[in-house]
Amino acid sequence: MITLTVNGRRHDVEVEADAPLLWVLRDELGLTGTKFGCGIAQCGACTVHVDSKPVRSCVVPAGSVKGAITTIEGLSTDLKHPVQQAWLAEDAPQCGYCQSGQIMAAAALLTKTPNPSDADIDREITNICRCGAYPRMKKAIHRAAALARKA
Amino acid sequence: MTPMTLMQASALSRRSVVFAGLSAAGGLVIGVPMPAKAGIQPAILAAGANPTKEMTAFLVIEPDNSVTIRIPHAEMGQGTSTALAMMVAEELECDWSKVRIEYASANRNARAGGKLYEGMRTVGSRGVRTSVKLMQQAGASARERLRVAAAQGWNVDAADCTVASGKCLHSASNRSVEYGALAAAAAAVQLPQEPGIRAPRDYRLVGKWTPRLDTAVKLDGSAKFGIDAQVPGMVYAAVWSTPVAGGSLKAVDESGLKALPGLLGVVKLKDSVVVVADKYWRAKKGLDALKIQWDAAGQGGVQQADLDKGLRDALDGPMFTAEKKGEPEAAFAAPGAKLVEATYEAPFLSHSPMEPLNCTVQLAPDRVDVWISTQAPMAVLETAAKETGVAPENIYVHNAFVGGGFGRRGGAPDELLHAIAAAKAVGRPVKLIWTREQDIRGGRHRPQAAVRFKAALDAAGQPSVFQARVAVPSLLKPGPQTSVASEPMAVECIAGSFYAFPSRDIGVLLKNSHVPVSFWRGVGSSQNGFFVESFIDEMAHAADQDPLAFRRTLLAARPDALGVLDALATKGDWGKPLPKGRGRGLAIIEAYGSVSGQVVEVTVAKDGKLSVDRVTCALDCYHVANPNTVAQQMEGAVIMGLTAALWGEITIKDGAPVQTNFHNYRMARFADAPPRIDVHLTPSGGEVWGGVGEPGLGPLAPALANAIFAATGKRVRRLPLSHADLSWA
Repeated sequence: MITLTVNGRRHDVEVEADAPLLWVLRDELGLTGTKFGCGIAQCGACTVHVDSKPVRSCVVPAGSVKGAITTIEGLSTDLKHPVQQAWLAEDAPQCGYCQSGQIMAAAALLTKTPNPSDADIDREITNICRCGAYPRMKKAIHRAAALARKA
Repeated sequence: MTPMTLMQASALSRRSVVFAGLSAAGGLVIGVPMPAKAGIQPAILAAGANPTKEMTAFLVIEPDNSVTIRIPHAEMGQGTSTALAMMVAEELECDWSKVRIEYASANRNARAGGKLYEGMRTVGSRGVRTSVKLMQQAGASARERLRVAAAQGWNVDAADCTVASGKCLHSASNRSVEYGALAAAAAAVQLPQEPGIRAPRDYRLVGKWTPRLDTAVKLDGSAKFGIDAQVPGMVYAAVWSTPVAGGSLKAVDESGLKALPGLLGVVKLKDSVVVVADKYWRAKKGLDALKIQWDAAGQGGVQQADLDKGLRDALDGPMFTAEKKGEPEAAFAAPGAKLVEATYEAPFLSHSPMEPLNCTVQLAPDRVDVWISTQAPMAVLETAAKETGVAPENIYVHNAFVGGGFGRRGGAPDELLHAIAAAKAVGRPVKLIWTREQDIRGGRHRPQAAVRFKAALDAAGQPSVFQARVAVPSLLKPGPQTSVASEPMAVECIAGSFYAFPSRDIGVLLKNSHVPVSFWRGVGSSQNGFFVESFIDEMAHAADQDPLAFRRTLLAARPDALGVLDALATKGDWGKPLPKGRGRGLAIIEAYGSVSGQVVEVTVAKDGKLSVDRVTCALDCYHVANPNTVAQQMEGAVIMGLTAALWGEITIKDGAPVQTNFHNYRMARFADAPPRIDVHLTPSGGEVWGGVGEPGLGPLAPALANAIFAATGKRVRRLPLSHADLSWA
């Protein structure tokens, strides 16, 4: 049995401590917005926050997580997070599969670096988008930064 | 409602989404909410499942005037679902802000003999262009029924009634009625004949920049992909297939599984092993603990260098003549003819969509349900029928949002076969998910290819003859054989070229190996575009002509292509001087019914370090459904083309792919994306619509290679570019 705090709620889950956080979120807690892409922390489709920092949940043993976990479902209740608003305004997603991870990575970047440069984005966000939505996502990150400053 | 009941309601609706797939006519709902200013609307739950309420097989109009449009093509990012909904709404004259989308039911299509929603296969950039008339007609036929129903209700002449923004109007009596109140009556209206559809010049919605209908659900994790299917009682499976394609399973040592909790079974197939467990990570752990011996079917000694040499050697052997025109031999022998020759090569590529292949199946004696992200739901349905013996009309395919396809999900559904075998073995519903390693190692790759070109330039520097010898595996005839034959994909952009070559001689050899190949975004144009457009650049330089001017002369009879070239020249700053080490390259292809061109601008440092500074795209697809999603397709094709050009290759060692995951099959990331990608659409109209999903890919690699030549004087004739030394002094 392990205990996780996810999106503000405490969960006791009957799994072994080395069960990857990704699959515990998806299959035990039903939070399927977090996606499986590679299983080796390369693509970032599984990005969630632990205490506001981005982690790649496919390689994190669920039992090792002590902090508060936020998934895409918990980022906002109504798409009102500046990153979601900006993504909507730029119509960024294509297939959408990597987008939860991209949005979580962008939100974490803005927490750390409220006004990121292009170089900051290039360095800090290494999530893969096979559809190639990078141009719109980059615009959206700058837009989100501006929205957050106004808020 | 208290916050708690709201939460419960939300949880309930999520469950309903899951179970909706089990209803009579099948089909998981895809997307829905409009990005309304007030927030998100709840997801609609019906899925082509409520024929009693529907107006036609293509749409449901609810009493609240919301319109649910059924989309017969897969949404895998290309925006087809929004574009096709726009086609219906164009004719229906409904309130666009109340439009929702869902998948059309493959099961219902099967019951209608495959004729109701046509083929439902989303391949070949055909989603919009082959369904324009179908969807417009669906909208027009519904609108007419609504109009007639309103007239009958008022007891007036239908000719005196008009429609606008979701209402029928009778101006003489100043009465109006909303569609929502008319839908039931309209469904019963018999028309003496179906109405005609609008000509493109009369479009009001189609052609306007329109936000996608599926964006909002992709921002909060609520969009359901195939991998998100949940079926009561389901268990999980992981699979490993033979690393050497065509090989088979020899022996499995299961001793490592003794301590594995939740293990339900190890299923041995001819060429695969499936581990089934109560949790996915346990199934995966079990898979990793197996010691598997494979029989490589005699292919275990095949190396990439052998395959490369095989294709190059084939260029000197017998070939099938795919095109012959004019007098090639005479043109080559003409006095003063200047010969240009070059050989080009391109590697195997993996599709690797972000959503790994996966499939969930539930088997019953007289019914099969399949949850899958697919480009070809009818093929899934037929395969499931064949594998289970259940009649096609009792197979329910619940297509979901597709997390990238690029051709991988358009053909043989390998993952379906694995899932059915697993479900049969354990007698429970099974969700089977491929690992990324299985995806890349078990891929059906973009064909490797080699082409040798030879051309002659006349005294004016104009090409008098164009010769190509193509060696490439067959996409249509799998197997290890070599055929002196051709197929359209092998010679895309080469045979029937839009360039005015007076004489042509195009030969093809379809040379297969044991490595399985399949359609990859852009198909033949993805590698042939690189070959031809690099060679055209070589011809232009040999003729001492500007590459754009050279192409202009050869395309003088093609106003569509000239329009694309003009856009590229103006918007891409063609001809503006750049210092040594920087350069621009151009490429233009005709593919999937469209003309697509790009100008790439690069900087190459003296040590060979390459940066792609800017890409300008121009596309003539004749008619544009939604400029927003067309631009997205161009932007995305540039990135995907860049990944392929810079690093993309599957290398065969000892018969098997060397690459296994994204650490050694590299993908472009933010840092690799060009700082600027501009898209210019130059639709020139006419009868026929062009494709959009694929034409953007082919020009990137040659425009990039041509830019590198302009910057450094170095000609790259083999992809990926990572093998090339681009340093200069």
